[in-house]
Amino acid sequence: MASPVVAIVGTGQAGFQAAASLRQDGFAGRIVMIGDEPVPPYQRPPLSKSYLARDSGLDELWLRPESFYAQHQIEVLARETLTAIDRTERRLQLASGAELSWDHLVLATGARFRPLAVPGAELDGVLPLRTLADADILRERLDQAREIVVVGAGFIGLEFASVAITRGASVHIIEVTQQPMGRVVSATISRFFTDAHRRWGAEVSLGTGVRRIMGAAGRVTGVETTDGQYLPADLVLICVGVIPNAELARGAGLAVDNGIIVDEYLATADPRVFAIGDCANFPTPFATGRVRLESVQNAVDQGRCVAGQIAGKPAVYDKVPWFWSDQGDFKLQIAGITVGHDTAVLRGDAEGGHFSVFCFRAGRLIGVESVNQTADHVVARRLLAGDPRLTPEQAADVSYDLRAHTRSVAAR
Amino acid sequence: MPQITYVHSNGTRQTIDVPVGTSVMRGAILNGIDGIVAECGGEMMCATCHVYVEEDQLGRTPTQSDDEKAMLEFTASERRPNSRLSCQLVVTPELDGLVVYLPETQV
Repeated sequence: MASPVVAIVGTGQAGFQAAASLRQDGFAGRIVMIGDEPVPPYQRPPLSKSYLARDSGLDELWLRPESFYAQHQIEVLARETLTAIDRTERRLQLASGAELSWDHLVLATGARFRPLAVPGAELDGVLPLRTLADADILRERLDQAREIVVVGAGFIGLEFASVAITRGASVHIIEVTQQPMGRVVSATISRFFTDAHRRWGAEVSLGTGVRRIMGAAGRVTGVETTDGQYLPADLVLICVGVIPNAELARGAGLAVDNGIIVDEYLATADPRVFAIGDCANFPTPFATGRVRLESVQNAVDQGRCVAGQIAGKPAVYDKVPWFWSDQGDFKLQIAGITVGHDTAVLRGDAEGGHFSVFCFRAGRLIGVESVNQTADHVVARRLLAGDPRLTPEQAADVSYDLRAHTRSVAAR
Repeated sequence: MPQITYVHSNGTRQTIDVPVGTSVMRGAILNGIDGIVAECGGEMMCATCHVYVEEDQLGRTPTQSDDEKAMLEFTASERRPNSRLSCQLVVTPELDGLVVYLPETQV
């Protein structure tokens, strides 16, 4: 029998991890990664943080040096785009005209920036932040920008805003909901960060959308909001979420609903086809129902999980989700998925900027959001991996020893 | 340029020039040293760049932050008094000649 071929579509963190873990797990077949970007696999989180701020450079972005791929016999087809998946013949059609046969297919296609469907969105100076190329453009533009409008107060928008404000530009953040980062954090954390951005000098308009973007000679000059404000701007960042890259999976007859539908082994209905990372919609014990998560943890742990299945060590995917965001002096760390909590209790010193919000649903701890409070985050990750048995009263009581609690629960 | 020696769990030693200002973790990644995973890229969100610092050199290493101490609870291999996250060991001229031992596993 010829040695098996694993085709990995996507060269982001998930695709990279799947390839690296396959080799680590002793997979001896051929591994081919296909990605449309012109560069080797890199980390995305710094693009809106240290890389954007020029506190770190390209060397710190690469997941591995280029020599790693040759050394581990991982073929990386850069600047290549998948055009069709043939599941019957187990073949991929590539934009270059090449074809690739596969035995296992890992879809790590990620997600793409969601454009804003308003007049003027095509003007020069209206920019996304998703890829290294995007970040390089923003780095340059930030040097000259005087008036910046950030459309969308999610992680990326707020991280970008916290870097931009340090450059002396005016920053106006507009958010269509009443709650920045509201899709992922509690009201307490949302409010804390909204206040922080205002304190740092940004304007924040909530419940506000974009009616149109205005320009002159092809360049952006301002934003007209849905509540009738006119905000002058020479740079507009659009960060209103992403669209999972699932069209090719759908075209191949695989189920798609907010991402590519997979089971608890991260397999699609076709047991030879997996989906991981930002593009995968999977069942999880950490939420009610299915989720699609955009995070390093999710990409890495799912890449590892799928590599294990292909290498003959199948295991259900059940890792505790975690996330982080850096904004100004604050590091936000989240363990678990707090969406859908019915009770949120504060632990620590919110005024002093060292605290956590413990989130419960039906009496059970489902997630913890920590601000400059890594010790709580560590405890939370431990607790959520098992049965937390923590009450809201215990969580709120700073004299209650969480580490001792974690040990006692683990010992049970 | 300061030299850092990485000792693999099988005893193999690799000595690498690591520029001042670069972390011991990044030095390993850029030079293709297996045994450092660095899942989070140096954000102190994981503990997959765990190393054991040569005991008699511990005094030369930068002080451990509370965050690093907390995150060291996640090491996949045994945590010892000389355990460090190598992303927090930023190379300075004083660290020239540092020897770090890589644990058996990072995950």
